[in-house]
Amino acid sequence: MIFLRRQMPLLITMITGLIFAAQYYVPHPASEQLLTSATKWLQIIGGFALVLGVTSLFHVHAAKIRRKEAGWGYSVVLYAGMLGTMAVGWWANGKESVEGVSTAFGWVYNFMMVPLQGTMFAILAFFIASAAYRSFRARSREAAVLLIAAVIVMMGRVPLGEYLVPISGDISQWILNVLNASVRRAILIGVSLGAVALSFKIIFGVERSYLGGGKE
Amino acid sequence: MDVTIIGAWVATGLTLFIFSFLYKDNPLFKLAENLYVGVSVGYTIVKTYDTVIVYLIWKPIVENQEWTLLIPVAIGLLMLTRYVPKAAWLSRYAFAFIVGVGAGLAIPRTVSSFILKQIEDTVRPLLVLVPGDGVTFSWNLMNPASSVNVIIVLIGVSSVLFYFFFSVEHSGPGKAVARMGVLFLMIAFGAAFGYTVMARMSLLIGRLTDLIEYSDPAYGRPTLWLALVTIGTLIALSRRSRSEPPDSH
Repeated sequence: MIFLRRQMPLLITMITGLIFAAQYYVPHPASEQLLTSATKWLQIIGGFALVLGVTSLFHVHAAKIRRKEAGWGYSVVLYAGMLGTMAVGWWANGKESVEGVSTAFGWVYNFMMVPLQGTMFAILAFFIASAAYRSFRARSREAAVLLIAAVIVMMGRVPLGEYLVPISGDISQWILNVLNASVRRAILIGVSLGAVALSFKIIFGVERSYLGGGKE
Repeated sequence: MDVTIIGAWVATGLTLFIFSFLYKDNPLFKLAENLYVGVSVGYTIVKTYDTVIVYLIWKPIVENQEWTLLIPVAIGLLMLTRYVPKAAWLSRYAFAFIVGVGAGLAIPRTVSSFILKQIEDTVRPLLVLVPGDGVTFSWNLMNPASSVNVIIVLIGVSSVLFYFFFSVEHSGPGKAVARMGVLFLMIAFGAAFGYTVMARMSLLIGRLTDLIEYSDPAYGRPTLWLALVTIGTLIALSRRSRSEPPDSH
């Protein structure tokens, strides 16, 4: 039983890991088919993972409503929004529009999801600006460099900035395409080396925290 | 009433409720926030059901008899055993499969696309052979592929990588290289910050454009009326909280 609970999952990880690492080096239609199937399989399994997340959300808010905790009314709103969207979504067969005409599901998307999402991210502009005001003082040379780069990029991306300082657009593009790209490249190389090392550790059973704790 | 007009009122109300957070945290914002979570989750469930259950499982099995798809379904169902304490260990098989496939797929692709390709793009020829002009060194800063930019990128990548390399003490010439790396990092962070701010500003302009459009009499001026309702509610809530005794807990 210990084998089935402990060693078997590690064996599955090792075998699947080695197979799919080797798949990249096998230029054969069967190998390509294996990759296509695996991608589809992962999508299907991912769908079940969503069930885990959603039931967890259901439990948390159901407990809040049952115990009448502070703010339980908002949990009712969350439930209403979720169940209402699901109802109109399934009623419309998951389609936002049919032959160019918006469905009820499309209405929820256009007049509820888009404004809510857009505004939620838009108010971050104010908080970023306020955080910048508090922390963006040129206390050191490095902070001054960061501040100057940020100001140039911001000016280069609006017509007013280019009107006031005509060269700001070109400098902004140069910062983004050359200086920023070189740093992103270095970080990407570092992160990738770490990801490859972690993948090897997972395949060979050194890293096993993804299996979770609990009883053996 | 036209559904677009109802939609304009709903969208305007929700937008103003979320903007009310700029004053302070309040019940209108919390209402819109929870509605946002609910609607987003509901939308994701519907889309996932449509994509996964209908198009990836039901139709291929029923119409094309692709019975092998029952294997990922079984693996997916194993995940749900987490709700049965005695059988929860079975969910490890599902996680083992996902993580194993992910790790296996990641190794060669990461090495190829994110390590070798990035190094190849960094270490490029400094001199270019132009027909008629012979070998040239390009000083054009606006061209990311010019010789001078190739040198800058090479210095940037090397110095930033060195800054994160802690196996060697950053002293002497190494200290200068690491400091150069810090300067490059600061410029990149500044650029990323500026870029993010402008992206958020663009979203803000989009929302304000909608509010201006919905202040039109054709929609019944929802922006005007709902702004008054929101401000009135905030004033009423503020007065009520002032008149209530402070919480003794």
